[in-house]
Amino acid sequence: MKLPDKLGRFDRYGGKFAPEVLMPALEELEMGFEKYRKDKGFQRELDYYLREFAGRPTPLYYAKNLTEKIGGAKIYLKREDLVHGGAHKLNNTLGQALLAKKMGKQRIIAETGAGQHGVATAIAAAALGIRCEVYMGTEDIERQKLNVFRMELMNTKVIPVKSGSKTLKDAINEAMRDWLTNVETTYYLIGSIVGPHPYPMMVREFQRVIGKETKEQILEKESSLPDAVVACVGGGSNAIGTFYEFLEDKVELIGVEAGGKGIKTGEHGASLCAGTDGVLHGAYSKLLQDRYGQIKTSYSIAAGLDYPGVGPELSYLVKKGRVKVTSVTDKETLDAFKLLSQTEGIVPALESAHAIHHAVKMAERMEKDQVIVVNLSGRGDKDVFVVAEALGVEL
Amino acid sequence: MKLKEKFSELRKRDEGALIGFVTAGDPIPELTVDIVNSLIRGGIDIIELGLPFSDPIADGVIIQKASERSLSEGMNPDLYFEIAKKIEGIPKVCLTYYNLVLHRGLENFVRDCLKSGIDGLIVPDLPIEEATPLLNACDKYNINLIFLVAPTTTEERLKKILHVSKGFLYVVSLLGVTGAREKLSESVKPLLSRIRKSSSQIPLAVGFGISKTEHIKEVLRAGADGAIVGSAFVRIIEKNLDNKERMLSELEEFTRELKEATR
Repeated sequence: MKLPDKLGRFDRYGGKFAPEVLMPALEELEMGFEKYRKDKGFQRELDYYLREFAGRPTPLYYAKNLTEKIGGAKIYLKREDLVHGGAHKLNNTLGQALLAKKMGKQRIIAETGAGQHGVATAIAAAALGIRCEVYMGTEDIERQKLNVFRMELMNTKVIPVKSGSKTLKDAINEAMRDWLTNVETTYYLIGSIVGPHPYPMMVREFQRVIGKETKEQILEKESSLPDAVVACVGGGSNAIGTFYEFLEDKVELIGVEAGGKGIKTGEHGASLCAGTDGVLHGAYSKLLQDRYGQIKTSYSIAAGLDYPGVGPELSYLVKKGRVKVTSVTDKETLDAFKLLSQTEGIVPALESAHAIHHAVKMAERMEKDQVIVVNLSGRGDKDVFVVAEALGVEL
Repeated sequence: MKLKEKFSELRKRDEGALIGFVTAGDPIPELTVDIVNSLIRGGIDIIELGLPFSDPIADGVIIQKASERSLSEGMNPDLYFEIAKKIEGIPKVCLTYYNLVLHRGLENFVRDCLKSGIDGLIVPDLPIEEATPLLNACDKYNINLIFLVAPTTTEERLKKILHVSKGFLYVVSLLGVTGAREKLSESVKPLLSRIRKSSSQIPLAVGFGISKTEHIKEVLRAGADGAIVGSAFVRIIEKNLDNKERMLSELEEFTRELKEATR
């Protein structure tokens, strides 16, 4: 059966746990999405922007130097870091912003953690001529000043969020409060496969392009499917986008979560590895929570993985055993960050460096004729200050 | 005392219900019973006692801060039910977010409500689509699951909500989050008459933004059976964090003024 079902459920996960004020808007959004996903004109317009503006298709690059250095399986990189704006996020924001415009919404709001989704939303809003405001935790504003300035350059207003842990979770809370207030004129553009139905499904559909291209490209280059596909998981949008086309295939799918300072320390962002079932931000999924159900503060050096929840569909696929999960610590991530920069001349986003680290570890133990694809979800320019600080380098 | 008795008693006296909300454990758990007793002395008819959640998306900044104060002072569901037990004399309603209910186990949570004399439960992030399991648990233990209706609620949804609503209907006066507002939202009156057309039975209580005697008079005149005041009380608590006596006397005095407006 095709998931989600009518109630937005992926088996037990998902659903619509939203205040009554928003329920009609969620229904409207669902109808809008169903209408336009089948609309040829909409698809043509979206394809145009993805191709001419975002720079799709992105290459599937054989990381020869890295592969030779490791001496195991062949490693391919899906270059989402080359998407305009520097990350896979634009695939989704172009789709949703176009939808918002068709639905007659005059204003877009979004939340952002690392700032990548905020930047991608700002880009889409500027390109399509829609007013845009982005909620961002003050902790993240500090960590990602560069992205704040980029958003502002593109005419997006960045609204600082000082509540709670002052990170992505709280930015989502605040964006939802804004939406509650301005639901009649405003489109809430969620950046990951989280939130109430139809967001997890809709964001997946806009991100599926990653996996579709990857499949065609790897078949062309290797004449066979890869043995494994690896992606990092915060909320899970780049992972589901990469994995979805391979769900029915004999391909190992591995999600890599933020291990932070180590799972045992409790300071991490690994909801799938270490979380339990619950409801946050409108959906039933895996969460980091205490014994009463209060949401815990997550931690990661990568702001984009610093979230105590994860998408319902990934929660389901992991429960089912179709997607495997693991976690990578900050320290291991920094090693991978340096390794890819040195061997390939590609500076990965800290988020993506989590996936790189795990892929390298897998490749070491695999045969030379085996193939791993890693989704390089974003580029690392935004992270250089954080990395320099972690390495004790003064810029 | 049960909600049903309270509403029929008030109807006989031709009075509206004053429903007061405070966050349990704000500013410290030891003070909650005293705070609620001040509201009772002032004349409150029903107490809506908030069980704070870490991520209260339907709440404005005043109640968010109250939740943070309470949680940082060690508030938790076990303690909450202990405190609720000690409040006597008026119907008690629990307001919390779904994850806390879910985590305790739906039946456990509802049973604990019953044991603490709580007669109603409000879960602002639980729409009817997702409410069946909790409705079943509430039916089993005779707890009123109270639903919210908003200005955006369609006729079709309204019918479904009225069909399962018990205790009273929480009428959200505006599009937005909780918080004291200067003026009453213009969407209240049309919403109330729309609901009245569909059902004359269930008591209607208007909340969100209600902070003044004029607001209360207006909503009662427009056909509501009660008014819910939350952030305006919490603001008094917040203002008097360093002076317990003044906090309690201001709460009592403010309640008395508000209650006067329901008569």
